[in-house]
Amino acid sequence: MDNASPAFTLQQVEQVKAGTRALDGISLSVPQGQITVLIGPSGAGKSALLRLLNRLDDPTAGKIRYRGQRINDIPVRTLRRRVGFVFQTPVAFPGTVRDNLALAASIAEVPADKIDDRIGSSARLADIDDELLDRPADRLSGGQLQRVTIARALMTGPETLLMDEPTASLDPETAATIGQTIACLSSQRGLTVVMASHRIAEAKELAGHAVMLDKGKVVEAGPATQLFESSHPRLRAFLSRVG
Amino acid sequence: MYRLWQSGNPLQSSMIDLSLLDLTLAAGLILIAIGLSYRQRIGLTRDLAIGAVRTVVQLVLVGYVLVYIFALDRWYLVVAALLIMLAVAAWTAGGRQDRPTRQLYGILGLAMLLGSGLTLVYVGSLVVRADPWYDPRYLIPLFGMIIGNAMNSASLAAERLAGEMDARRAEVEAYLALGASPARATEDAVRRATRASMIPMVNSLMVVGIVALPGMMTGQIIAGASPLSAVRYQIVVMFMLMAAVTVTGTLVPLWYRNTFFTPAEQLKVPETG
Ligand SMILES: Nc1ncnc2c1ncn2[C@@H]1O[C@H](COP(=O)(O)OP(=O)(O)OP(=O)(O)O)[C@@H](O)[C@H]1O
Ligand SMILES: [Mg+2]
Repeated sequence: MDNASPAFTLQQVEQVKAGTRALDGISLSVPQGQITVLIGPSGAGKSALLRLLNRLDDPTAGKIRYRGQRINDIPVRTLRRRVGFVFQTPVAFPGTVRDNLALAASIAEVPADKIDDRIGSSARLADIDDELLDRPADRLSGGQLQRVTIARALMTGPETLLMDEPTASLDPETAATIGQTIACLSSQRGLTVVMASHRIAEAKELAGHAVMLDKGKVVEAGPATQLFESSHPRLRAFLSRVG
Repeated sequence: MYRLWQSGNPLQSSMIDLSLLDLTLAAGLILIAIGLSYRQRIGLTRDLAIGAVRTVVQLVLVGYVLVYIFALDRWYLVVAALLIMLAVAAWTAGGRQDRPTRQLYGILGLAMLLGSGLTLVYVGSLVVRADPWYDPRYLIPLFGMIIGNAMNSASLAAERLAGEMDARRAEVEAYLALGASPARATEDAVRRATRASMIPMVNSLMVVGIVALPGMMTGQIIAGASPLSAVRYQIVVMFMLMAAVTVTGTLVPLWYRNTFFTPAEQLKVPETG
């Protein structure tokens, strides 16, 4: 699957934040229709990279393409609807879970008569129990709320989901079930997922493709099976420390 | 000067004019405040003394400027005086902000210009119907009240919006990430800022006359106006201030929020810290 046409291609991307070189000459291609996991130590630049892909930030240098098109040529709201983002710390919007999903639908200009269907299918894909739909979103557990933000991101009908350590603030069991949800999104819906992860077990299980970053540079990138077996010393050192 | 005393204001006749001696005696009051704060080591003696002197100097200066404007009776002098009042108010409102930029001063000034200008035109031309339209005896005191309140409104609105934007970065980015416009992403923050700017004036509407007699009404009554006529003026004033506060407090957050975003609809990193 690795020769599938890329979702994202990055060329010499550089990002300087408040004088810190968060990304330093990243060239990379992210395959379509599978899960790409970004791994690397804290401060490696995983979040900085993800934020570039739906233009929450712009790089200080370099080129980024999405499905062959320069991302600056795609209207930014369109890009963000096609490329959703799930943050590490989920944010509840006001109202119930249903309100949260409906709000996302109205932002994405989903036709009124399609909203209920879309809420149903997004909630199902994110494994949200029906009985949760009418609960206030700010009174859910961390795992439940993270599912709501995944469903909310699905409301705009994205082709790609960016996820910044979506399970980092959850207990291992909840994290594992959300991991399964993510796996299903990719396998059943053909969604492209780019996900930063601190959990190596999770990364190994989910990743079709993997990228290791360190100090703003790509250490190694490739099909997950190869990457996790790679003998690259920095990668081995990192894996033995976390794994 | 001439016109001021000559214009045959019937209120004038019954008002007791204060002599210089009377003023000197009044200074005894500020001396009591200074003496007390010195004895109790409040640490305000210096400020009190400076404040007392400034009060005298500023008010006397303003008095002469007003006498001059009244005597010359030219529309452009009146308009110039109003604009100076506006500029000082915008400067003050901007200075109260944590991160005053030139753009923010501009936003505050323009919002106050619209909020207080529209209100003054409405009151001057429709309610009071001053003749001539620029009659400084009406425009200057009315605008003084309007701009003072518009200034507080602008400054509260800007301060609150900046606070909301700081506190809600994650929420705003969650909206943006769904493809929401910056306007959509900040709807709630903007609403709260406007609300915060209006609350003091709404509270005044609730308690006016009960908790405190407004300064203008007090002044008119001392000057000999019938309380009922003073009340009519005060009603106009309250409504006019509410309008100015609302317009200003609505415009400031609407314009100010745009400065938190880049053209590509990204949340800017705060300039400091
Ligand atoms: N707003 C900012 N201002 C200054 N430096 C920043 C900012 N955001 C990130 N950085 C720096 O950029 C580098 C990359 O940060 P980034 O958040 O992308 O790392 P990360 O790989 O996501 O780490 P973690 O695993 O801890 O989330 C770090 O050195 C970080 O200190
Ligand atoms: Mg991160």
